[in-house]
Amino acid sequence: MALHGRDLVSIRDLSREEIVQILDSARRMIPLAEGSRTAPLLAGRIVAMAFFEPSTRTRLSFESAVQRLGGSCLTIADAGASSMRKGESLYDTIRMLSSYADAIVLRHPNEGAARLAARASERPVINAGDGAGQHPTQTLLDLATIRERFGTLAGLKVVLLGDLKYGRTVHSLAYALAEFGSELVLCSPESLRLPEEHRDELHHEGAKVTDEPDLARAVRDADVLYVTRIQKERFTDESEYRAVVGSYRIDAEVLAGAKPKLIVMHPLPRAGEIAPEVDSTPHAAYFRQAFLAVPVRMALLDAILGKRRGAR
Amino acid sequence: MRELKITPIRNGTVIDHIASGLALEVLRILRVRQLDRDSTVSVAIRVRSGKLGWKDIVKVEDVELEPRTVNAIALIAPTATISIIRDYKVREKRAVDLPPRIVGVLRCPNLNCISNQAEPLESEFEVVGRRPTVLRCAFCDRRVADFLRHLA
Repeated sequence: MALHGRDLVSIRDLSREEIVQILDSARRMIPLAEGSRTAPLLAGRIVAMAFFEPSTRTRLSFESAVQRLGGSCLTIADAGASSMRKGESLYDTIRMLSSYADAIVLRHPNEGAARLAARASERPVINAGDGAGQHPTQTLLDLATIRERFGTLAGLKVVLLGDLKYGRTVHSLAYALAEFGSELVLCSPESLRLPEEHRDELHHEGAKVTDEPDLARAVRDADVLYVTRIQKERFTDESEYRAVVGSYRIDAEVLAGAKPKLIVMHPLPRAGEIAPEVDSTPHAAYFRQAFLAVPVRMALLDAILGKRRGAR
Repeated sequence: MRELKITPIRNGTVIDHIASGLALEVLRILRVRQLDRDSTVSVAIRVRSGKLGWKDIVKVEDVELEPRTVNAIALIAPTATISIIRDYKVREKRAVDLPPRIVGVLRCPNLNCISNQAEPLESEFEVVGRRPTVLRCAFCDRRVADFLRHLA
């Protein structure tokens, strides 16, 4: 695959064909991710996990992916505490890391950090979330979840619910879904609307985007309901946060009017946006989504770093 | 009647065809206060122009502008022309031209952008739209249209 040795900073770094290739490969990785088969595709490879911001599932699923494929990890879970406190720049930290590892997975609180890291590093850099910016591997696993249920990414009606302003997962996902030809319905509190520049860009791409602030109406004929967490840490204004937190909640009553095949997704952790009663319904897809993080990241790591099979 | 609105200069730079009202912004870009104290700066505001109706002109003696200053002027005053004068003669005259990348001229409006942190890098924007000019931060993708507020 042409991804070998490349950085992944934004979902836009991937063509549609490359996304489909990763999703196909991820499907083949599922037995490996479940541990029922093994394949040493990353044997002898070291992947550095540079997490400058707390993260549980992203870091653990990356570590699981590396180890399932026979590679090993160098983890700096408190990168922010250790090097930044000493006044070291991200640039220098990455230069150093790129001489210890074969690839770097980076989570950082500042937008654009992964782009800087990609310039600093001689090894591939995978963006695992930079501030309110990009989180392309989350987008890949979101797409994998939708494609697994519906067999396609085209022609679906996808409701994006909640924090569409600061939620980094929704910006990349909206863009990717539009690329594949799905329709987007935006449902958010007024203060957390999708920013104009993202709207302009989606329109520019020819995306079909509508606003529907009424949750019950938005859900009625949707195929996917993508729920986001309202992230306190992204708000600069405490009163703005308090005004919107708890303003929407998915429960049996909301889903009563939905299509039987509707799936509810959430990047997790949830903070009360989805009632536990939804977990046992066929609509709940968020735990499957969390699991798919591992095979998707395996597929990506294999494409970027794996031993090239059939290479000349 | 004696016509002496703005005199010719011996050596330096003439920034002409600035859209009327923008001369003071151009002065800001030139950081007039930081220029060599010995160089004279003359400004003409609201000069009759065939092309623009009214225009502003800025002349800076004994200074030839660096490319990044010219890029900044191109952002603020896209109709401007820049003439390099040596010994009273125009040695070079060209319209300002916006390159595809603007480096080190603006600060990213996103305070949380990595380019606003203590990192060894220069700000960098890609030109993603012309007429009107729209720039996008090469690091965080934030778009900028209000350049004056974000001059570095």
